[in-house]
Amino acid sequence: MTPSRLALAHISKSFPGVKANEDISLSVRPGEIHALLGENGAGKSTLVKIIYGVQQADEGAIQWDGSPVAIPSPKAARKLGIGMVFQHFSLFDAMSVIENIALGLDEAVDRDVLKARVAAILDSYSLPLDPERAVHTLSVGERQRIEIVRCLLQKPKLLIMDEPTSVLTPQEVERLFLTLRQIAMGGCAILYISHKLHEIKALCEAATILRGGKVVATCDPKVESTKRMAELMIGAELRQIERKPGGEAGAARLSVKALSLDGEPPFGTDLEAVTFEARAGEILGIAGVAGNGQSELLTALSGERLAGSANAIALDGRPIGREGAGPRRALGLACVPEERNGHAAVPDFSLADNAVLTARHRLPLAPLGVISRGDVARFATAVIQRFDVRTTGPAALARSLSGGNLQKFIMGREIGQTPSVLVVCQPTWGVDAGAAAAIRQELVDLAAKGSAVVVISQDLDELLELADRLCVINEGRLSAARDVATLGIDEIGLMMGGVHGADAPHGADAHA
Amino acid sequence: MLYASPLIAVGLTMLIGTFVFTAMGYDGLHAVRDIFLTPFLEPQRWPDLGVKAAPLVMIALGLAIGFRANVWNIGAEGQYVMGAIAGTGVALATHGLTGWWILPAMALAGVIGGMAWAAIPAFLRVKLQVSEILTSLMLTYVAVQALYYLVRGPWKDPDGFNFPQTKMFSAAQTLPAMAEGSLVHLGIPVALVIALVAWLVMEKTTAGYAVKVVGLAPAAARHGGFSADKVTWASLLAGGGLAGLAGLFEAAGPFGQLTPQFPTGYGFTAIIVAFLGRLNPLGIVFGGVVLAGTYVGGEIAQTTVRLPQAATGMFQALLLFVLLATDVLVRYRIGWKARAA
Amino acid sequence: MTSAILVSILMTLVAASTPILLAALGELVVEKAGVLNLGVEGVMLTGAVAGFAVAYSTGSTGAGLVAALVAGVATAMVFAVLTLSLTANQVATGLALTIFGIGASSLIGAGFVGRTITRLGPAFPEALSGHPLLRAVLGHDIVVYLSLALVLAVSFFLNRTRPGLILRAVGENDASAHAIGYRVIAIRYAAITFGGALAGLAGAYFSLALTPMWADSLTAGRGWIALALVVFAAWRPARLLLGAYLFGAVMTAELQFKAAGVTVLPPEALAMAPYLATIAVLTMMSLGPKSGRANAPACLGKPFSAS
Repeated sequence: MTPSRLALAHISKSFPGVKANEDISLSVRPGEIHALLGENGAGKSTLVKIIYGVQQADEGAIQWDGSPVAIPSPKAARKLGIGMVFQHFSLFDAMSVIENIALGLDEAVDRDVLKARVAAILDSYSLPLDPERAVHTLSVGERQRIEIVRCLLQKPKLLIMDEPTSVLTPQEVERLFLTLRQIAMGGCAILYISHKLHEIKALCEAATILRGGKVVATCDPKVESTKRMAELMIGAELRQIERKPGGEAGAARLSVKALSLDGEPPFGTDLEAVTFEARAGEILGIAGVAGNGQSELLTALSGERLAGSANAIALDGRPIGREGAGPRRALGLACVPEERNGHAAVPDFSLADNAVLTARHRLPLAPLGVISRGDVARFATAVIQRFDVRTTGPAALARSLSGGNLQKFIMGREIGQTPSVLVVCQPTWGVDAGAAAAIRQELVDLAAKGSAVVVISQDLDELLELADRLCVINEGRLSAARDVATLGIDEIGLMMGGVHGADAPHGADAHA
Repeated sequence: MLYASPLIAVGLTMLIGTFVFTAMGYDGLHAVRDIFLTPFLEPQRWPDLGVKAAPLVMIALGLAIGFRANVWNIGAEGQYVMGAIAGTGVALATHGLTGWWILPAMALAGVIGGMAWAAIPAFLRVKLQVSEILTSLMLTYVAVQALYYLVRGPWKDPDGFNFPQTKMFSAAQTLPAMAEGSLVHLGIPVALVIALVAWLVMEKTTAGYAVKVVGLAPAAARHGGFSADKVTWASLLAGGGLAGLAGLFEAAGPFGQLTPQFPTGYGFTAIIVAFLGRLNPLGIVFGGVVLAGTYVGGEIAQTTVRLPQAATGMFQALLLFVLLATDVLVRYRIGWKARAA
Repeated sequence: MTSAILVSILMTLVAASTPILLAALGELVVEKAGVLNLGVEGVMLTGAVAGFAVAYSTGSTGAGLVAALVAGVATAMVFAVLTLSLTANQVATGLALTIFGIGASSLIGAGFVGRTITRLGPAFPEALSGHPLLRAVLGHDIVVYLSLALVLAVSFFLNRTRPGLILRAVGENDASAHAIGYRVIAIRYAAITFGGALAGLAGAYFSLALTPMWADSLTAGRGWIALALVVFAAWRPARLLLGAYLFGAVMTAELQFKAAGVTVLPPEALAMAPYLATIAVLTMMSLGPKSGRANAPACLGKPFSAS
């Protein structure tokens, strides 16, 4: 048996108030693809930061190729032969690919030498990437390749991939897996961090499952059942969303007709003739890979940006395309953007002040322009109680809340106004499992009361669980909606995968 | 706790000032006492304190609204001069006339003059995304040159022995004193009323809310249906209008005419006042009085310890530096406490 | 005779352009690192007064230039500590620096008002520049040649060297640069130091070369024009050179008109010209192609704290 490339023994790490890692041991052999599996907040990030030298463990030991080591910095980690591709890329949009690669190296390399070495790597792994292109013109998959090339240039012995597929299309995921298998074949160990079980089953030979900062199991994902791994990861029986037996969906509450809008400069996506209807009592899902026009669609619907003609958007039959955000809310169209801090909420404001932000149009919080503090506090308190927001009260600053709690408050603020139509983008992004389930339940309940709900999300599993009908947004174009019941996951994958010129979304259009 | 930092800053500035001026060979302790304490301890200085605080407070109130909204109007000095020019234009046109309406007309012209000057950076920023920082400042130099041109040329007093200055304003064109023979003029109560109104607007209304939310989180403001463009316009016009009114009050009050010495730098000092007042209208009244004290005290120190007039300016800048630093330190202390809790 | 006049106009123009070129070049590097230092004017003034004071007391303009450099760096460090280490607001701190520079220079300079020193002379012996055309090339002072060399050096540094690449990266995306392991704060300190040195030197050029006499606020807002020039140049050193000389032409127009006896416009209108030109230039830049704006460092003016 070959010795472990990396062996962690009894690693613990605490932050004020949290034990992020507790007594974690794991080992990875050369050439092995090892999964580190866990929910958000299970301690995966802290653990890999310790391995990569970003943070130091409070207790425990690290062994590298059989001998004990200390990893005081990322530089030291790279010196050992550890490469890491973070979930958030460390790239410079305005610079070229080759400049970005040069910046990722620890020492100066002559530009021509570097070009030759990069070309050799791109060639041997058959990775398509133009070294002279500016990064902002690249797709997410191509950007990730820059990060991978940065690592491969250092001839790594261990490659850490942090949630590498969260922003990729299914086709890009396939391509990444091919590359990773080829890298592992060369003897490099890979630590693959994810919470997506089917990927881990497809790729990894071993898995360490974390929950609440501890190792709860080690298993062979090819053998273990997906359900069992999910239960280990979540720590409870999977909670099912309760749906009242659905009657037929009602009349169209929100109808969007041929909505076109230029993307926001400098690098936004143009919306092109987006057309859909959301009916009373239904949840319409809009799937798609990040950066295909989701945020543009949301701001176009919320009224933050106006449509070219009033008729492009109609609420209960009334044209509102030229109305601003305030009038649209007053008429009953509520929207929740993806970014909580600074878009859906003001971090430096109290929860009460954040209630004023979007609830003042439908509720009498500021009659004649004078803010009624008492009414605002009452409304905020009601939201906090009804949606179980863990906080000290309406005077707490939004920034003091965890992401999940702030999201619950924001969702509560909108649902508490009983809108006729609610559009939400990434409703459970970065939210823990319990809060996510609660938020999904609220969406289902809102639809059951006769509102139309539109959920824009990159999380297919979430959409398949929630939505009655589903469409896909790709490069600013929206496919026709299909009944979820009649749709297979491969079909959605194809619909989403048009990023590199595949004709799939147009194929889907043809069914309309 | 956050409200303590201006007080800590004043204290630290006194301490540093003592060392600096002692090192420069002056009686540092005496200088600092004269600049920061004497104006407040001797009642006969109070009228002068009020006269100097009024324009500072008025200008700072307008600036603070802008700073809250991330609108960096640093050309208040120019708007102040333009307000005085516009008001003086009315004064020269109505010279020899009497009537209660003359002074209000001058004040209105002052407000409009300041607003018009601030409207240029507002337009350029809203329509063309040109930074208001540079444009508003550049316009200050232009306004000052315009003033020089007018007092040396078309508006020069023909009976003024060729001095570059306008005619003296008549009684109907001069701010009434609050008491017979007193320096204290109508501008002082007006400044206090404006501060109170500004406080009410900023704290209690959606208009004030709009200013704050646009400054803190522009995307959230858009999401909530607030227009950043409107806020930019409103805050620049408010800043320009108040600076213009302050300029007119200064021209129709202490100066009584326009001269090349009219731009005294109140528009820049008001920036310090705004920060010292934590951008809060009531705090600005406090900040205005402290900075007015440095002017009055600076004059005292000129005679008592022969401190050059320029020392006042350095003191004021030192105060702003120390304030920015203590602000951060106080914020950190709160951070540590919160983490420890 | 005509060529002599033309050369003399050129000499005035170059002299007027040199300080804004220096100050703008320093600020360009600072901004490329992602920091907006609005205090250029203040740094220039402390450089001007320190340079004058030392030149006056030692009798050496060279010593004055060195003193200005040191004073510029020292003043810029106040800004650096406040904005980088204490993460104070860059706009407010820059304004404070300007107000401070005006006050400090006026206080220190109070003892020097009206005093004169020997003006900074040409870099090469007079014999070499006897002919007007030779004078146009070889008749300038050392700072003029230094400023031109620095344009080339900065351009090479930013576009052709690894430290330059890293500096641009820090200004483009500080979070990414930090994640890769670059010391964002240290690099920004270095950039601000460079900017301070150049602004200090630029200030001394006013008091040692342009008007070898002390007067309050003798930089008259040129520091602000330097800031505008960086925008005009779209953060490119070569365009900065062009812009600085264009502004030099506008600023010296007043003198040229006076010399030529043209009195169509009142002197105040000519004195306004550089400031109006600045506004016009900023407006034109925003009307022009978006490429200029896209070249702006993405992190310009945003505070960074590593955590």
